[in-house]
Amino acid sequence: MSEKGFTQKRRLLSAADLTIEDVERILNTASAMKEVSTRDVKKIPPLRGKTIINCFLEPSTRTKTSFEIAGKRLSADVINISATGSSLSKGETIKDMARNLSAMKPDLVVVRSQYSGIPLRISEWIDCAVVNAGDGRHEHPTQSLLDLFTIREKKGPLDNLNISIIGDILNSRVARSNIILMKLLGANITLCGPATLLPVCDISCDNNRPAGLVVDRVTNSLKEAVTGADVVMMLRIQTERLNEKKFPNLREYSKLYGLSPETLKLAAKDPLVLHPGPINRGVEISPEVADGPWCVMLDQVTNGVAVRMAVLYLLLGGGSASNA
Amino acid sequence: MSVKRLLIKGGRVIDPASGVDGIRDVLVEKGIISIIDISIQTEDAKVLSAEGKWVVPGLVDMHVHLREPGYEYKETIETGTKSAAAGGFTSVACMANTNPVNDCAQVTEFIRNMAKSKGAVNVFPIGAITKGLKGEALADIAEMAEAGVVALSDDGKCVMNAAVMRAAIEYAGMFGLAIIEHAEDIDLKQNGVMNEGVVSTRLGLVGAPRISEDTITARDISLAEYTGGHVHFAHVSTAGAVELIRFAKQKGVKVTAEAAPHHFTLTDEAVGEYDTNAKMAPPLRESRDINAIIQGLADGTIDCIATDHAPHGIAEKEVEFDSAAFGIVGLETAVPLSLGLVRDGRLTPLRLVEVMSFNPSKILKINRGTIQPGAVADITIIDPDKEWVVEPSQFKSKGRNTPFAGWKMKGKAVATIVNGNVAYEDN
Repeated sequence: MSEKGFTQKRRLLSAADLTIEDVERILNTASAMKEVSTRDVKKIPPLRGKTIINCFLEPSTRTKTSFEIAGKRLSADVINISATGSSLSKGETIKDMARNLSAMKPDLVVVRSQYSGIPLRISEWIDCAVVNAGDGRHEHPTQSLLDLFTIREKKGPLDNLNISIIGDILNSRVARSNIILMKLLGANITLCGPATLLPVCDISCDNNRPAGLVVDRVTNSLKEAVTGADVVMMLRIQTERLNEKKFPNLREYSKLYGLSPETLKLAAKDPLVLHPGPINRGVEISPEVADGPWCVMLDQVTNGVAVRMAVLYLLLGGGSASNA
Repeated sequence: MSVKRLLIKGGRVIDPASGVDGIRDVLVEKGIISIIDISIQTEDAKVLSAEGKWVVPGLVDMHVHLREPGYEYKETIETGTKSAAAGGFTSVACMANTNPVNDCAQVTEFIRNMAKSKGAVNVFPIGAITKGLKGEALADIAEMAEAGVVALSDDGKCVMNAAVMRAAIEYAGMFGLAIIEHAEDIDLKQNGVMNEGVVSTRLGLVGAPRISEDTITARDISLAEYTGGHVHFAHVSTAGAVELIRFAKQKGVKVTAEAAPHHFTLTDEAVGEYDTNAKMAPPLRESRDINAIIQGLADGTIDCIATDHAPHGIAEKEVEFDSAAFGIVGLETAVPLSLGLVRDGRLTPLRLVEVMSFNPSKILKINRGTIQPGAVADITIIDPDKEWVVEPSQFKSKGRNTPFAGWKMKGKAVATIVNGNVAYEDN
């Protein structure tokens, strides 16, 4: 176990919590877990008697369900709470809520919040394992892990793969986690989007100072980004950004950054198209691409359950993949 | 403690108004400085030994939030002024963002009366520029001036409407009041909670860009130049704003400025892992901004050091970074942080006292900021070598919100004398 090992810290809050060894271990465990989901009886006992609280403080369907299924397939007791159904809606502070949850002695809390940093804060206030299921514009490490799993499944090792991430990078927690882990595994990263949706800082800064995002290339041209790409990761354009006047309208955005089959022809042979979902059909991705042979969106969803099973299993002391 | 005669012996008197920087005795009688000499022999006086220490005109903080009326759970005039005394400040000017807002004579009078009965140091109220700090209609400026405000500010909020700002500068000029601007363009700032840069990108927090401060600074310099009025820029945080103010001063525009110790001490790296104690408005910036601010203090571009003392309840900081209140406790850490500039050779002792006492007194037009015979006996004694550790639970302020908890500091105010009386003495 590395010193930085995420199981030792009993938390997965940021992709930066993970070493290469951690990632390998999670993905290898996820392969074993994926098999469980193909069985007639999709349930194994390793987390029997463990209590997991899914604390989803902002709306989510895909991730919340994925974590719930993952926990239940491992036989854990999974409890879901949401902001509207919690005491936060009655004015309780996040700290008091966390301490109350902690007093009920859960083994692991999965936290989703619209605020960056909240899973970290909660991990300081409670005495159990914590997983970040997406916090504000910060990170979404399990989404990144399922993306890595899907890419590895289809393309093999990420070493030297050309991966282009396209869209609203500035506000994307998916992009942040992916950039960290994909760089860790040796991929070449290109970011693409309108200038208003790219971080303003020096994103290619060196490793000698705390970096915002370390990537290989940044471009405003979709064609440039797609050319030669092995993997094209499209990000959901968040329609609420329209109010922030980051771009004129969806039509113009689609014209500049919507991925079509024609544009995809510029990519490397057999490219993969990923999307964290939910998609805006016809905006960031054309229906032909979304439903075409390149798009692995549904594989991502399937793999999400396996990866989350692996993370829960490892964090709750499940041991190595062979014990699964 | 009230004494008729107080003799401060053997300290290094530093007084930029008279240019004195040397070992002197200071005799105080009935709240007034009566004699300053190489050696004063007198009986019947309380003696304070100041050997090895600095004896300076009482420090003046022209930017504090005393929170009363309305937010007494954060701070009261009593606790805020005790905090000031412990930090070496004999006078503070308090901002108008109370509840109710200090936008009329009645609130000004309340603050003055409360300060008279409960205050440990002199309190000079600052009135609002606009009614309710809404940036629309001018507050009752004439009546507040008569009631004793020393400047006008909507601090906490920028006056976004340039026409309102123009009117405020022109109107306030009739009463000799400076307009203190909180220069942050809210459209550019959006919902920024820290500096826009590498760190905000890494943390996924919305950044407030430097230009949100620079554009308003440029606008207000133009307004000051056009109207001939006086604009004072609060808590300057960017290299760009320093440059603009320097240029304006060279042109002869009537502008002044202040910088807060946290802005010349910490970068946005202090936010670390979402530390809400490093959340302030304007935000902590980057090294080049720190260097520009220190250079500005040294060359006269920035006139004052002011703390922007902003105490909050614990519950307002132990929340999501986005939701946390802006600001930190400033009064009790300002002296050692500012003395660091002297130790680093960036400011002379005379210049430090000028920016912490003489200049703010001049800008507010209050009769303070000097140690000379006949002056009000507001005096601060500083031990520049005293080492101590910041322990927030020991603050006199009700606030505990500081990014300096646990810091080893060098230098401290060890006695604070207000109107000839010892308001604070370090034991």
